[in-house]
Parts: sequence; structure tokens; C-alpha cells
Amino acid sequence: MSGATFIATLARRPAEFRYLPHVAIWLVLLTLPLWLPLLGGYTALGARVLVMGLVAMSLNLLLGFTGVMSFGHAAYFGLGAYGAGLTLKFVAASTPLAVVAGTLLGGLAGTLFGPLIVRRRGVYFAMVTIAFGQICYYIAYSWNDLTGGFDGLRGFARAPLDLGFATIDIQNDGTLFYFFLLFLFAIAVGLMGLILRSPFGRTLIAIRENERRARFLGIPVERHIWMSFSLSTFFAALAGSMYALLNNFADPLSLHYTLSGEIVIMTVLGGMRSFWGPLLGAAVFVVVQDYASSMTQNWMSILGLVFVLAVLFFPRGLVGMLQRREAK
Amino acid sequence: MLQLILYNVTNGLITGAFYVLLALGLSLILNLSGVINFAHGNFLALGGYVAFVVSPHIGFWGALLVAPAATAGLGFVVERLMIRRVYNRDPVYSLLLTFGLAFILQDMCRFIWGPNGLPLGIPDSLSQPLSSALFFITYYRIFMAVVVVVAVIALFAFLRYTRVGMRIRAGTLDLDTVAALGVNVRLLRAVNFGVGCLLAGLAGVLAAGQIGLNPNMGDDLLMPSFIAIIVGGVGSLTGTLFGGLLIGVASALTTMVYPAASEAVIYVIMALVLLLKPRGLFGQEGLLSS
Repeated sequence: MSGATFIATLARRPAEFRYLPHVAIWLVLLTLPLWLPLLGGYTALGARVLVMGLVAMSLNLLLGFTGVMSFGHAAYFGLGAYGAGLTLKFVAASTPLAVVAGTLLGGLAGTLFGPLIVRRRGVYFAMVTIAFGQICYYIAYSWNDLTGGFDGLRGFARAPLDLGFATIDIQNDGTLFYFFLLFLFAIAVGLMGLILRSPFGRTLIAIRENERRARFLGIPVERHIWMSFSLSTFFAALAGSMYALLNNFADPLSLHYTLSGEIVIMTVLGGMRSFWGPLLGAAVFVVVQDYASSMTQNWMSILGLVFVLAVLFFPRGLVGMLQRREAK
Repeated sequence: MLQLILYNVTNGLITGAFYVLLALGLSLILNLSGVINFAHGNFLALGGYVAFVVSPHIGFWGALLVAPAATAGLGFVVERLMIRRVYNRDPVYSLLLTFGLAFILQDMCRFIWGPNGLPLGIPDSLSQPLSSALFFITYYRIFMAVVVVVAVIALFAFLRYTRVGMRIRAGTLDLDTVAALGVNVRLLRAVNFGVGCLLAGLAGVLAAGQIGLNPNMGDDLLMPSFIAIIVGGVGSLTGTLFGGLLIGVASALTTMVYPAASEAVIYVIMALVLLLKPRGLFGQEGLLSS
């Protein structure tokens, strides 16, 4: 059995293999620091895949499972990054506190903007989300005294974890830090899985499939989309705060709509109807981006080409392709 | 003080005029094809660069005609080759496609003409100021305003009085019926995309004469143009026109009082409009929520 067929078998999930894709993905993620250097990668690259994978999966709550398209998710990601950075810099050198503060800042902003956004559909939903995203970008960009303006927020560092009986040095040990991120990632992804399996998650899928019918069944559609949007922005902000810890830096461009577009392409590239697809898409995108920007000055063209080719030739994403090949 | 106000208001009107040109093109494409063209700012830059290439041979006035036409031609080809493939699919694909296109076009401009700014020469007669009291208003600024006004009037006349224009307006309301009446809708959409790019190209030449050329000169104009459409109301070109001028002047006036907020005020206006009049100032029933 070739590798592709094997993965396809996993993706199709016959009853006896139902848990295999999950097991495989967790095994890959848990052992990543062991084998990634052998392939010429570095652990921070793996950490970036985790972070971008999480934000792409958070977007997929909306795009893939609610059926509305946010094109401004970088804003909540970036707010998470600034929230974490500002906490470390001005409040206390506590990594957990920074994560909580970042997640709250981005998530609450999303919850606040939500009611103005959720009445729209399709491209108009996208347009309004972009515009609200750019508000956050301009605030981070112009509030020089607090955020460092265009140069970004510097002068903070993630602090070692103090568990009381022991201290985990995630500050200097990249591998330990990777596992810390993986721990946060696992909590978030577990929560996402629970949400999607709950009656609430099923209702979101009903709205995606047929909004009018859902409305006739008495489902308050706008409120559900708002809740989905809000939850999604909390996850995106968590990913953002992880990003700030990873780089010890928060950048206004991490709120810009260019990054929002990249998050969307990761989701679509991996497969937006699949739970794990966005993680796969993020892995491919991050690796291509890393490789292209180290090889050529014209890496933007290469990324643009990834966008165009993915849309024209792989609209179902990688997971969708594997599933279809197996079905033939 | 009066001079300062006048200076800012003219500035705002000129900036607003650029928003209007770009937003009208975006709006045309959005209304007929349901596509947000993220690459619109890059078509603007291309228009400027084409003018830069041809103006040594045919002069500024020739370039003012040739560059927008070339941009329109390129837009037409891009629509036929790529954009049309995503019309009947989930809107996420059209967004991603034009997004990728924007990356490629911007990188191409940077590759061919370099990352640094380039000047576009304008005729001496236009570069003079009006008078020593009104030193900040050059004839070029007046000229830009006149060109934009003429272009907007021409566009509305085109949509109102020509057969193609009427078909575009009809297609905005109900494309299926227009197709059923025997109109070649595929060609219509391509022409419409070309017209949108023509406006962007024209804005590119005008902007290049004022601020010079660089590969991402359209980026700063793109987002305000989106806002102009949202504020004016999706589906209404009159609304787009009004929205562009409104945010241009508002941001210029804010520059006088509190410069840091000159961008922010655009978004405040948008949030207020969405809160108080969710369909936009001139929004039509049903279009925004569909």
C-alpha cells in the first residue's frame, strides 16, 4: 500500500479505522522535534505550523462548518499577539497570564464586532470582516507609544513556567517550548472537537447547508453565527498569543488583511470541509513560504501562484483530493 | 487658518476622487460578477507604470489615453483566463484568486521596475501653482479633479445611454433574465471587468503624476475604496461616488485636528453607517443581505 493510498484510507475513515487519522496526527505532532531536524527543518518551524494550523482551524469553524467567510481573522490573531506581548512587557512576566490576556483581548474584540457583521452573507460578510480587521491594524499601527507602531512591539520575552514544585524553562529550550505550544494546541483543538460534536455544532452545520430551512426550524441564525464568530476569534487570539511567545515580538502586519488572506488559503488548501485539513494546509503553506523566501526574492509570486493554482485546480483541498482519489 | 482649511479640503477632495475612481471600478465588478477584486490596486499601479513606459514616446497626454486602455485590455484578458472560472463557485474562491493575482502583479512590477519610487513627468503647464496665495493648489490638482469628474460623468452616461451599459445595469439586477434574452453574458462580464480596470488605470496615471510610482502605490487606496462601497451601500454606484467623497473629505478634515486619526475616522464612519443604516447610505433592498 503506497503512502498516499494509506492516508486516503485513513481520510475515508472506514469504521474500524475511525480513530486512526487522529492517532496518526497526534503521533506526528508529538514526535516532531525528533524527526524534523533530520529533514532539514528546525523546531521553530514546527512551532509555526502549530500556530498557523490553529488559527486556520479556528477560521474553519466559520468557513467550513458555519458556511460564512471571514477575511479578517488576522485581526484577532494579531490582537492576541499584542495582548500577550503587552502583558509580558507591562503587567507581569508570566507566560500563562499573557496567553489568557491575549486570548481575551482578541476574543472580546471579535465578540464586540460580531453583531455588526453577522447580518451579511457571502462576499459582503467578507468585506465587512476585512474592514473591521483593518480597524485593529490601524490602531496597532498608529498607537506608537503603546504598540511601537510600524516597528512592532519589542522588549518582552516569554517567561519560564513556574509550577510551584518545578520550573520548566520554555524560555531557552526550544523543544520544551514546542511541547508547551502543543499542550495549548491540544486543549484548543479538543474544545473545537467538542463544540462541533455538540448540538450547537450540528446546528451550525445545518445553517451552512440550508440557512433558510434552519430559520424555518426556529433556529436563531444570526445569534448562532455570532456565537460561532465569537468562539472562532477566541481560538484565533489564542493562536496569536502563542505566536507572540514564539517570536518574542508582535508585529502590526500580523493584523493586516494580507495575513487574513493567507489564513484563508491555508484552510482552503488543506480542505475546508475537514477537521484536520487546515492544519495540513498550514503545514504546506508555512514550509513553502519558508523555503521560497530563503531561495528567491520573488517569493511573493510563488505564494500568489499557490493561491491561483489552489483555486483553479485543487478547490477541494488536499484532504478532499485524497478522499476523491480513494472513492474512484 | 482659512488657507489651512482650504488646503485640507482640496486634499480631501483629491484623495476622495481617487477613492471614487477605484471604488467605482470595484463596485461595477462586484455588482455584476459578485467578485471583490483584490488586485484592483495593482491594476492602478500597472496603469501608472504603462504611462511611465509610453510617455517618453507619446507624451503625457498620449499616455493618459493609452495607459488606461492598456489596463482595460489586461483586465479583459485576466477575466477571460482566470476570473470567469470561479463565477459559479463559493465566493471564497474568487477572493483567493484575486488575492493571489494581487501578489503576482505586485511582485511583477517590483521585478520589472524595481522596488524604488519612479517619477512620472507631467507637462510644465500643469505643474505651476494657481497663484502665490493659493500656492498649494497646482494646475495639476485642478486637472485631476476635472478628469475625475469627466470620467465619472462619462461612466454614468455609458451605463445609462449605451446598449452595453444598459445591459450591465440590467445584469446587476438579474443576470439570468438578461442571459435568457440572448445577451452574451460571458462577454458582458469581461467587458465590465475591463471597464472597471480602465478606471483603475486612469487613477494610476493621475496618481503617478502627483506622487510618483511604486509597486504598492495602490495598496493604501484599496481599503478606503472598500469602505467607500460599504458606506455608500453595496449595489449603488451613486452611493459609491458619495461614499468615496465623504470619507476623503472626512479624513482630510481630521488631519487638521488630530493627524493620527485620519485613517481611523474612515473606519468610524463605516461602523456608524453599519450600526445606523446597515445597508449603507444608498443601499438597495435585498442586495446587501443576499
